[in-house]
Amino acid sequence: MTIFPLPLTELLGQYGAYFVYLLVGIAFGATLESAGFGNSKKLAAQFYFKDLTVFKVMFTAIIVAMTLIFLTSALGLLDYNLIWVPPTYLWPGIVGGLIMGVGFIVGGFCPGTSLVAMATGKVDGVFFVLGVLVGIFLFGETVSQFAVFFESSFMGRFTLPELFSVSYGTVVLAVVVIALMLFWGAEKVEAAVGGETARKAPRRALPAAGALTALAVAVLVLGQPSNADRWDMIAEEQGALLEQRMVQIEPAELLGLVHDSRIKTVMLDVREEAHYNLFHIHDARHASLRDLEAMSEKLMQEPGNTVFVTMSNDEQRATEAWKVLRAESLPNVYILEGGVNGWIRSFGDEHFVRDRYVMNRSADEPAFRFDLAIGARHPASEPVPHDEAEFTPKVKLELKRAPTGGGCG
Amino acid sequence: MSERARPYINPYLAGALLGIVLFLAFFITGTGLGASGGLNRLLVYGQNFVAPEHIDQVPYLLKMAGGNTNPLDSWIVYLTAGTFLGGVISGLYGRRMRVETNKGPRISHRTRWIMAFLGGILMGYGARLARGCTSGQALSGGAVLSVGSWAFMFAVFAGAYALAYFLRRFWN
Repeated sequence: MTIFPLPLTELLGQYGAYFVYLLVGIAFGATLESAGFGNSKKLAAQFYFKDLTVFKVMFTAIIVAMTLIFLTSALGLLDYNLIWVPPTYLWPGIVGGLIMGVGFIVGGFCPGTSLVAMATGKVDGVFFVLGVLVGIFLFGETVSQFAVFFESSFMGRFTLPELFSVSYGTVVLAVVVIALMLFWGAEKVEAAVGGETARKAPRRALPAAGALTALAVAVLVLGQPSNADRWDMIAEEQGALLEQRMVQIEPAELLGLVHDSRIKTVMLDVREEAHYNLFHIHDARHASLRDLEAMSEKLMQEPGNTVFVTMSNDEQRATEAWKVLRAESLPNVYILEGGVNGWIRSFGDEHFVRDRYVMNRSADEPAFRFDLAIGARHPASEPVPHDEAEFTPKVKLELKRAPTGGGCG
Repeated sequence: MSERARPYINPYLAGALLGIVLFLAFFITGTGLGASGGLNRLLVYGQNFVAPEHIDQVPYLLKMAGGNTNPLDSWIVYLTAGTFLGGVISGLYGRRMRVETNKGPRISHRTRWIMAFLGGILMGYGARLARGCTSGQALSGGAVLSVGSWAFMFAVFAGAYALAYFLRRFWN
């Protein structure tokens, strides 16, 4: 199983996790300051082509971090699905970005750099931080006036490789190569515009650029793990759970979950659509096995108290679905024990179960005959829970590892 | 501070170090870096003292400080505090701790302060609208290839370059 990112709160407790964030912050602040980002003149010079430090630092940081992230993901060390990718709200992002660009040239900082400016005694940094607080305050007071725009053009977790329909490795390599070319151009511009303030290129520039390009090529060659690869990484541990029947929940437990107001239950019915139309559990969604991998991205956004339950006629397809979802690192996934057939056996009325039973059926096919496609209108679709129902409880809510908020949460 | 300040480190080296910090943040914690979120929560914490009823009526604030939720009880606050501390440590090491105002030669201190304050307001407002600042969106989102973050990044540079010419008096 991929180990990283670490479930920090589980490992260290809440304050232990906060301490790690404090250390990350210290490293962040120290790097910003030592790059010269505490000095507003240096930052603003970027926009007069005199000193392109901002561009160079930012893009070097992006390509280094990006290459390492996708390299460790390709090697199976890091789980990209558990990493916070800022969701795309295209137009609010662009308008906010334009406003920030104006703020940058007017004020000379961005929020992160103003913090280190303030930390090193820069008075303009202090005024900037105060301004940021006022700006945030004004936003909180006015956002309700344009809430529709603020929530508009939402595209979810949407990445460049998905936009261009190419592999992650291709985008990683392309970004690295483009950035290196821009650095070369930036040096020329600085030499031309900055005159005497321009530095000469660092000695080890070429080998470093070569090494980074080589790593990016490695990312491209290795490729990102597919769903099957991801399952192989966890097969041993998760396969054992399947065999020990730790994740197959009885119909009575599912019914209890559905009626538990503290839990959000998402039921995924992975049978053929015809079977789903004939009969399904009330509120169960139809999902085909093929689409599950793509669906998992959205399911990942469900709140932390969500329990996912897959179901098929028996358990075969439901187990396949469970593997796909677990491989995508979705937490709290269970299988309906005995499938929809078992559900009807538990909750269908005596006569129905006796009269409509299908003899000699093949595995994972419906065990009961329906004359009409009545979907969720059958009484067994939404049985009334009763307290005496006995079952072995198996659902244990697992702390959500996928982050729910990112850098600016 | 009689000794001369150490020079800033080479931008590519600084970028590589920042990249490694950013990578480690993702690798260990699963989230990137950020700054405006911490300031946001600090502000809401203050607001909660002054006008707690108001917080309970604005949905945007409610999420952070509604009822007995403590807005400071979030990792981003610690990250932001760390950023400040890191600045102090690096400033001390580089002998760059000095009360001063960096400005263009043609404007007064007071003008620079007003501009910094106004720029800060725009920055704070824009950062909340864009759901992240240069660190949280551009840097972190850029490294994990989010489409919105890249669009945002181009918008920031576009906004700054578009206005730079008209403000040249303030910086040069």
